[in-house]
Amino acid sequence: MAEGAALLEVRNVGKHFGTTEVLKNISLNIASGEFLTLLGESGSGKTTLLRLIAGFEQPTSGEIWMGGERLDIQPPYKRPVNTVFQNYALFPHLSARDNVAYGLRVKGTRASEIGGRVEEALSMVRMQGFAASRPSQLSGGQQQRIALARALVNRPQLLLLDEPLSALDANLRKQMQSELKALQREIGITFLFVTHDQEEAMALSDRIALLRDGALEQVASPREIYARPATAYTAQFIGQTNLLHGEIRGGIATCGALRWPLEEADARVIFSLRPEAIRLSADGKRQASEVKFRAAIRQQLYGGSTELLEVDCGKCQTLRVRVPACGSLTGEHDFVFLISDAIRVQE
Amino acid sequence: MYSRAYKSLVSIPPLFWVGAFLLLPYALMFAHSLWTVREGVIVHQWNWENYKTLFTNPLYAEVLFRTTRIAASVTVCSLLLGYPLAYYLAFHTGGRKELLYQLVIVPLWVSYLVRGYAWKTILGSDGVLNGFLQYLHLTHEPVGFFLYSPFAVVLMLTHIYTPFVFLPIYAALEHIPRPLVEASQDLGAGSLQTFWRVILPLSMPGLLAGATFAFVLSLGDFLAPLLVGGPSGTMIANVVQSLFGAAFDWPLGAAISVGILVITISLLFLSEILEKRWAFK
Repeated sequence: MAEGAALLEVRNVGKHFGTTEVLKNISLNIASGEFLTLLGESGSGKTTLLRLIAGFEQPTSGEIWMGGERLDIQPPYKRPVNTVFQNYALFPHLSARDNVAYGLRVKGTRASEIGGRVEEALSMVRMQGFAASRPSQLSGGQQQRIALARALVNRPQLLLLDEPLSALDANLRKQMQSELKALQREIGITFLFVTHDQEEAMALSDRIALLRDGALEQVASPREIYARPATAYTAQFIGQTNLLHGEIRGGIATCGALRWPLEEADARVIFSLRPEAIRLSADGKRQASEVKFRAAIRQQLYGGSTELLEVDCGKCQTLRVRVPACGSLTGEHDFVFLISDAIRVQE
Repeated sequence: MYSRAYKSLVSIPPLFWVGAFLLLPYALMFAHSLWTVREGVIVHQWNWENYKTLFTNPLYAEVLFRTTRIAASVTVCSLLLGYPLAYYLAFHTGGRKELLYQLVIVPLWVSYLVRGYAWKTILGSDGVLNGFLQYLHLTHEPVGFFLYSPFAVVLMLTHIYTPFVFLPIYAALEHIPRPLVEASQDLGAGSLQTFWRVILPLSMPGLLAGATFAFVLSLGDFLAPLLVGGPSGTMIANVVQSLFGAAFDWPLGAAISVGILVITISLLFLSEILEKRWAFK
C-alpha cells in the first residue's frame, strides 16, 4: 500500500503502570484511509496503545499527533476519534436508535439533522428494523452492528476497534470480518483495529503492526510480514513455520541435516522455512536453486485440501511440511525447497 | 433435586417465624383496631368507630401531615448527602475506597440511642453548638430552636439514615460497567453530560431503594421525636405509643398503626414497580 499523508503519528510513546512498563518507545504512523491492525498476544500492550489514542490513558512519555494537532493532551471527549469497544458498551437504558444518536445529541447537533444521520448509520449496518430495540433484546452480532453505527455516525477521522469480533462465534465472526472490510472500503474512514487473531489481522489489514511485550516487532503489509518476517517471533506468530537454527561457514549454511550454499559472512543464524515452501520430490531430482533432503514420515495430519506432515530428517531434526492432499504416506521420501524460501530472521 | 419431605422440613422454621412474629401480630393489631375501649376496659365489639375518629379528628391528620413532611425532608437531605458521597466513593477514590467505605458504615454499629443523646448534647441550650456560637460571638444567648423542634428531628434522622441511602446507591453505581462511562466520553460527552445521560439513569433503582429506606424508616420513627423533637416535633408513632401507654386506647392506636402499615406497604409496592421499570440488564 502506498504511503499517504500520515493521519495519526505516535511519537516515541512509552507507558508505565506503576513499575510495569507496558509500552516501550512506540513510534507508528497511520496513513489516511488505511486499515491498520495492532496484533499481539494478551499483555503485549496493543489495547493500551489504543486507549492512549482514545484518551482513556495518558502516555508516560512521548506524544501523539493527529492532523497537525497534539492529541494526547486533549480529553477523550474532544478527540476526533471514536471507539468500538470489546463488549460493545452499549447504553442499556437507551434504544438502539438513541444509542446511535448519543454522540450527535451530546454535541448539540440540530434535532432535524440527527434523525436523518441516525437512519443513515443504521442502514449502513443494516439495522433499520431494530431501531426501537433495547441492547438486551439484540444478539451479539446485532449489538456489534449498533456499536459500529454509534461510532460511525459521528464521522470520526479515525475509528478505533478494540477486539470487536472476539465475543462472536466463529461463523458470525467470519461474516462480520468481510462486512467490516467492505464497510471500511465504502466509507473510507481510517481504521485502527486491535486483535490477537493473526488470521483476522491478515484478512482485514492494509498493514499489520505486531507488538511483543510492549515493543513493535514489525510493521508491514500482511503479504510482506508473512513472506519476509524480520524475527523468529514474527515468523512463528504469523502462520506456521519451521525455525532452522544453524550457522554459515565458508559460504555454506548448515542447519542440522540440511546444507546449502549461501554467500554471506560467517555467523550463527536462524532461518524461517514455511511448511508449504517444502514439497515432495517424486523423481528425487533438484534444481540448482533448490535444497534436497531425505526424511521419514513421522505423522500425517489430513486437512482437506492439504496435508500437514511431520518428517524426521535425521540428527534429531523434525520439520513440518504442507503438501497438497496426496493420500496416505509412509516410509522415507525426498523433499526439496528453494534456497530463497529459507528466510534469515533475527533472534 | 431435593425430596418433598426435605423441602417441607426446611421451610417449617421460616414459616413458623413469619406466622408467629409477623402475621399473628398483624392479625391481632387489625382485630384490636375494630374493638373499642369502655371504662378502661377493651370491649370485643366489632365497629369502625376508631377509623371514623381517625378521619374526623383533625389532630391525627395534622400529625400525619407533619410526619410525612419530616420523612420527606429526611429523604431529600439524606439523598443530597448520600448520593454525592456514593458517587465520590464509586468513581474517584481508587485505593482508599475500602477504608472510606468502612468509615461510612461505622456509624451503623453505634447504638441509635447513643447517637440520639449525642445530638441532644450538641443541640441543647448548654450544648456544644450553642457554646461554640457564643464563643465566636455570633450569638449572645443560647439559640432555643436547635433542640426540641422538627429541625432537630430531621437532622438526627438524616444523620441516622444517610448510610442506608448511601448503600444501595453505592451498589448501583459500582455495578455500572466502566466501559459505559468511557463510551460516553468517547462519543463527546463531558463529565456533566455523562452523569445526566448515563450515570444518573443507571443508578435510579439504587436511588429509589435508598429514598424508600429513608422515607419508610423515618415515617415510623418514634425515638428521634421522643429524644429531640419536643411537642412541636411529635410524629405519628409517638401518638401510637401514647395511645398504647398513658392514654390506654389500644384500639385507636391499632387503627392508626393499620393506617401507617397501609401507607408503608403501598410505598414499598410502588417503589418495587418503579425499580423494576428502571432496572436495565
